[in-house]
Amino acid sequence: MAHLITEPNMPAPDDFYADLIAAHTGLSDDESEAFNARLILVLANHIGNQTILREALEASK
Amino acid sequence: MFQDRYPLAFKLYPYEKSKDQDASDAVRHPVVIVGGGPIGLGTALDLGRQGIPALVLDDHEGVGIGSRAICFAKRTLEIADRYGCGEAMLEKGVVWNVGKVFQDDRQVYEFNLLPETGHRNPAFINLQQPYFEKFIFQSICAEKEKGAPIEVRGKNRVEAVETKNDHVVLTVMTPDGPYTVEADWLISCDGASSPIRGMLDLGFDGRVFQDSFLIADIKMKSNDFPTERWFWFDPYFKSGASTLLHKQPDDIWRVDFQIGWDVDRDEEMKEENIRKRLDAMLGDDVEYDIVWSSIYTFQCRRMKRFRHDRVFFAGDAAHQVSPFGARGANSGFQDVDNLGWKLGLVVTGKAPESLLDTYNEERVYGADENILNSTRSTDFITPKSKVSRSFRDAVLKLAEKHAFARPLVNSGRLSVPCTYDHSSLNGPDKLPGAPAVSRVGAPCPDAPLGDGFLLDKLGDEFVVLAIDTAVPDEIEIEGIPVRGISIKTTDDPSNGLVERYLGSEKQGVYLIRPDQHVAARERTYHPDALRAAVLKACGKE
Repeated sequence: MAHLITEPNMPAPDDFYADLIAAHTGLSDDESEAFNARLILVLANHIGNQTILREALEASK
Repeated sequence: MFQDRYPLAFKLYPYEKSKDQDASDAVRHPVVIVGGGPIGLGTALDLGRQGIPALVLDDHEGVGIGSRAICFAKRTLEIADRYGCGEAMLEKGVVWNVGKVFQDDRQVYEFNLLPETGHRNPAFINLQQPYFEKFIFQSICAEKEKGAPIEVRGKNRVEAVETKNDHVVLTVMTPDGPYTVEADWLISCDGASSPIRGMLDLGFDGRVFQDSFLIADIKMKSNDFPTERWFWFDPYFKSGASTLLHKQPDDIWRVDFQIGWDVDRDEEMKEENIRKRLDAMLGDDVEYDIVWSSIYTFQCRRMKRFRHDRVFFAGDAAHQVSPFGARGANSGFQDVDNLGWKLGLVVTGKAPESLLDTYNEERVYGADENILNSTRSTDFITPKSKVSRSFRDAVLKLAEKHAFARPLVNSGRLSVPCTYDHSSLNGPDKLPGAPAVSRVGAPCPDAPLGDGFLLDKLGDEFVVLAIDTAVPDEIEIEGIPVRGISIKTTDDPSNGLVERYLGSEKQGVYLIRPDQHVAARERTYHPDALRAAVLKACGKE
């Protein structure tokens, strides 16, 4: 059964992080919060596996 | 009056009147270097070792005080080995591998640079910059004994520069008054606030970071502190928004406090106030002396071009980065390494002037890589918005428990040498089974060889390296000497040579530039292919 990956899994973590922060450029705090909410939903749909999503919720606590 | 701008750590080249000052006509020199810091002295050493006369003009008589750049990377030591001063640096320097990252009072994670075995040099050493410069100068003296045409003139301050079609005219102030000197080529290594850049009215654009850092070098009276890099985000002791602790030689530790933009510098520099920050961090019972302190701010920026006809810019004069990642002096030393052989070939008429444009091409590429990395580190360490801070803190929190978040923690991406992936000097890469680490454009990775190391065998000229095959010992291509070296992987029982140069290939032939970057690689030796690759690497096609 598939589980949440908690080992490093991104080939270029600095590139991702820079893109993530850049995506928020010019947004107000409220807009950033809304953006993050949408981002979580988009990624959750991509994952599409309830076991993994539950593990992700747990890991983020 | 000839006033020093800073006190000296080492007086190395006291002012002496030169006969150029009494000449009725300005004396012409092939290469004049402005600035006697590590980049200027390194460039003089590189050129002098090739027999190219190099004149250094410095407005002081030696090395200024202050540890400044303390972190020197393996690539820098490899270049210094070629120049004959790497061993002295390694012997004096502090070797470190372990870094710890904290937030508040918690350790977020620990890393070990775990250097690969089979390299002569470690990943990093810490060494006060004055020692680094002094060792270079000692090599200059040793090379001069052997006849290298290097001259370093102290208290020679360039006051004006005029560019002509085929040379540059400099007005130089000395304690005996001004004189004029001419240069076929001028290399400006005069630091981040480069007076030469200003005199030529050239821009230096980039991003200003509105933050300042207080450095204190402290000599500990006990030796309980580790030889590790400790970095705090938001430390519990509140001495700075971030804090770095790092060991140097002579029982001295470097402490960097990030203290914000709107600070009263004079107030912060008072010993009692520096001690308040240090005592909060170290505890009241730790005894120490403050040996040097300074406040600095920084910018990430570069000149548009590093070559302006007859004038080159190198080191901080050409590009400036934040200190996170030790990419300042280390990248400047790669400039030295890159420009030296190219200028040598052009001055001796063996390569066309267009080769010099590739200094600009390759080192701008390197500077952009350094600026990108150091900007990202700075943004992580000092988040610029609420959401950026939220993500930063989320990464730090997750990193305590989950390995995946650790690569995202960015307290500085430590300097690694630039690979010139798309350089116009690159020849064919026709060794598909060989690893990426030694691909065309990469600096040659070191490997054990017999009783020594591979890089010691490469040198100041082009090398064609045959691994488990053979090449002629001496080849000359349009006046450019190429030394053939044939080695066997059986000379390296550790298998490092195979892992770093052959991969799944049975044999390989590498063309290596004088700066030890790979110019081309193939399976077998073909004289015509080698000739084409050498000419390409010299800008002759």
